[in-house]
Parts: sequence; C-alpha cells; structure tokens
Amino acid sequence: MSLGSFLLRRLASGALAILGVTVLVFAFLHLVPGDPVDHLAGGEATPEQRAKLEHCLGLDRSAPVQLVTFLGHVVDGTLGHQCPDPERKPTVAARIFAVMPHTIVLALAGMLVGIVLALPLGVLAAVHKNTWIDTLASITALAGIAVPMMLFASVLVLVFFVELGWLPGPTETGATALILPAIAVGTHLMAMLSRMTRSSMLEVLREDYVRTARAKGLPERTVLVRHALRNALLPVITVAGMQFGSLLTGAIIVEKVFARPGLGTTLLEAISERDYPVVQGTVFVIAVIYVLVNIAVDVTYGLIDPRIRVA
Amino acid sequence: MRLGAAMLGVFVILGAFGPWLAPFDPAHIDLAQRFLPSSAAHWLGTDSNGIDTLSQLLWGAREALVISVSVVAISATIGIVVGTLAGWYRGWVDEVAMRFVDILMAFPGILLNIAIVATVRRPGIGVVIFALCANGWVGYARVARGQVLALRERDFITAARALGASGPRIMRRHLMPNLVGPAIVQITFGFGAVIAIEAALSFLGLGPQLDYTWGAMLAQGTAFLWKTGFRTYVLVPGIAIAWVIIAVNLLGDGLDPRTRAKV
Repeated sequence: MSLGSFLLRRLASGALAILGVTVLVFAFLHLVPGDPVDHLAGGEATPEQRAKLEHCLGLDRSAPVQLVTFLGHVVDGTLGHQCPDPERKPTVAARIFAVMPHTIVLALAGMLVGIVLALPLGVLAAVHKNTWIDTLASITALAGIAVPMMLFASVLVLVFFVELGWLPGPTETGATALILPAIAVGTHLMAMLSRMTRSSMLEVLREDYVRTARAKGLPERTVLVRHALRNALLPVITVAGMQFGSLLTGAIIVEKVFARPGLGTTLLEAISERDYPVVQGTVFVIAVIYVLVNIAVDVTYGLIDPRIRVA
Repeated sequence: MRLGAAMLGVFVILGAFGPWLAPFDPAHIDLAQRFLPSSAAHWLGTDSNGIDTLSQLLWGAREALVISVSVVAISATIGIVVGTLAGWYRGWVDEVAMRFVDILMAFPGILLNIAIVATVRRPGIGVVIFALCANGWVGYARVARGQVLALRERDFITAARALGASGPRIMRRHLMPNLVGPAIVQITFGFGAVIAIEAALSFLGLGPQLDYTWGAMLAQGTAFLWKTGFRTYVLVPGIAIAWVIIAVNLLGDGLDPRTRAKV
C-alpha cells in the first residue's frame, strides 16, 4: 500500500471515530435527564427568560436537529455559543483554544519527563537483569503505576514547594512552574515505558548484530546505545505516542492540583456550571487531539517501518 | 503472585466486613473533634469534619469493592457476549460491534466517564457504575472475539456442530467456558483500573456524592496538605489505593502466561 492511501485510510477511520465520539457524547449529554436551564437561569427566572435560554441552548428543537446544529458549529469552527448571552461571550471554541496550549505543553512536558526517566531505568534493568538494580527498577515502575497521580502531585507540592521552596507551586506561571506538574503527569508513563524498554532491550540484546558489534571490539557503551537502544526504541516511542491521550487526561487531574488553566480546568468548570456547550466542545477537542496524535504516530511508524502499512 | 493474591484478599475481606468493624459512622460529623491525631478512640485520627478516619477507610473499602466488582462483572459479561456473537456470526454483526469498539477505543476512556457522570447533578454509585461500564466492556469484547475466531476452527466445535448443536448452544456450552481463562487476567487488571478511575472521578468531585470514598478522602487530604499534623491523613486513602493496584499487578502478572514465560 502506498503511503498516500495509508494516510487517507487512517484519516477516514479517524474522522469516523471522531464523528462516533461526537454522537456518543451528544447522546449522553442530551438524552439523560438533568436540566441545564435550571442551573443557568437560577431559581427566580421568569418563564420568558427560561424560554429564551432554552432557545439559546437549542433545547427547544428535536435531538437530531440539535446534533446537526452542533456538527454545523464544528464546521464553522465556533463549536457553539455560550448561553445566555451569546453575543457578549466568546464562542466555545475561543474559550477552549485560549487554554488549550497550556494543556498540550503540560502533556508534552510530561511525555518528555516520562521518556527521559524511563530509558535509563529500562536499559539499566535490562543490562543488570535479575540483580538488585533490576528489582529496584521494577519496584520504581510498580510504584509509578500504583501511587495515585493526585497523591503524587500533592506530595511533590508539599516537598518541593512548601518544605524546600525549591520550585514554584500551584497557581504560579512561567517555565519553572511547569516542572512539578510535568513530573506528576509523566511518572505513570515513566513506569510503563521503563518496563517496555527493559523487555525490548532484552530482546534486542539477544540479536546477532549485537554479538557482532561486541565481537568486533566496540566499547560496551557504544554497543548498548548505538546498536541495541536504537533498535529497542521503536516500540517504546510508538507506545509513548499512543499514551499521549492518557497524558491529556492525566493533565486534567494535575491541572486541578496545581490550579493551572487548561482543558481539564475548563471542563471541570463547565461541568459545575452545567454549561453543556462548553462540556461538549471540550470533550470534542480532546477527542480530536487524541485521534490526530494516534494517526500521526501510526504514520510516523509506517514511515520508519514499511511493514506496518500492510497490516 | 501469592503476595498479590493475599493483598487482594485483605482488600476483599475489609471491603466485605469492614463496615461492621468500623468503630464510628462514616457520615457522623462532629466539628468539636476536627483534625485529631491518632488516639485510642480514633486509631487513625479524624478528618476536617471530625469524622473518624478509620471508619471512612473501611466504608470506602466497601464502596470501592462494590463498584469494582460490579463494573468488572458487568463489563466482562457484556464484553464476552458481544465478542462471542461477533466472532461466531461474523459478517455485519462483527462489523457493527467492532466499529463500535474502535470508536470507544479511539478516545480517552475517563473522558467518556466524566461526560456521563457530568450529566447527573448528584451521581450515586449506580451512575458511576454505569459510566465505568459504558466503555469498560470493549477490552473484553476484543479479546473474546479474537479467541472465538481461533476456537471456531477447532475440532471440538466442528464435532459439536456435526452432532447438530445449535449456534446459541455451541456459544454457551462450548465457546464461553473457554473464554473465561483469558478473561481472568483482564479481570484482575480491571479491578485496579476501575479503582484508579473511580478515585480520580471522586477526586475531581464527580464520583458518588459520599464523604468516605477513597477519592474524596484524597481530595480532602490534598486540600488540607498544608495543615501541620494533618499530613498523614492523605496517606491513608493513598496507601489503600496503591495497595489494591499493586495487588492486582502482582497477581495479574503472575496469572498472565505471557509475562510468566518472560520472567
């Protein structure tokens, strides 16, 4: 299969997935009982005000019409309007895009932390297989998976901000304020990737070309880094890419702990305000990012390893 | 693996019998007794509302057990049934089921859970269970379908067919019993995943509206983390959650033939 048709096919199935997710989220938000008008209008609203709000939210139309309206808002790029005052408030898309960079930067920083910590941990564990170093590495990985992210994030704040005062804590901005949240987001990924790096390295270290490299007298360091790790890296990087979605959702939790602006904070705000257009828009945007990143990972992998395209 | 099973056993026993052992009512607010350190009366101290921490922990274990067992049981059942139907009938049944699975997998799961819970103002345990099941079944369905596709070509299925067994009978009597084994590993890891997601939902204020879920305790603990003398509180739910997740990881790795072969 040519790269072009591979890309087209992936884009088509991605679009289908996004459409499916949109319909699903729409269905849950609109068909389940629970009246957003009550919350937005408040207790003393007159019937006219309620009717106006209902009209603004589009709730006076049938569900299929509402769905088509939302899809229309996707196409025109607004993702809908914030009620009750659509003219004076920014569109849903504007509200989301204003905070989106914070979340993406946090997720990318978390990914960086995860990869940077996982590679040495995994390589050390593989090279020193079945020694105390290996055991220590698997305990670290297990702890990274088991300790709830919200607890770990809070302990980071307590130690490095409250006690030691080395790093900026919640509500602060700037590049250094990203360090603690990024560690909190990246730890889970570190745990997963270090285990993958270990098993991938163990497999590669058995290969003939590694024996050849050793046989021709290359220093062990060169054998490990240039010959083994480079080949062991491929599956690890793929998994890292595919985990971008879980980094995004991890960012929701970490944003709350650090009181950072972002998609997660916006989503939680919108939920507590019962602002369904914003909830729907945020979920939609996160789903689109997730699907696009997965396609990008697939295509990159397909470029590196042509065998993937056939499957 | 034995350690994992023992750790999980402790959780199940505490979840089942914990509320009877709990010395206090986990919803009994006594503001005169706030932020107490551990004592003979309150082994683990009290929280910001004067509620006994040990009682919260034990009732929280019950809540975590009820949610995780229900979600895993419902998800595994739906998943195995859907996967079996898809793998057995193939054709359009398979196509529809697997496209649905693809859509749910092309999407961060917790986001769908949040979206569902968000539709209810004060979600109860039932809503949380429903939300977690809504996408919990897809993993089981995918594995079951793969197994059925392989199993349906085997001789014992051909034999059952030759003897005139109907499709539903073959699925029920011959296929599904063979699917339980592979599903056990998934179920084990599923426990941990459900508890982690439920804790995250409760932490975000979107879980069952109870004070004593482990996630709600974490949220309270982290909110009062600055308070000297109250810092150990957050460790109680934290260790409880980590305990279950470590248990299922040890047990799951031990049960999984793939990891067992590697070690």
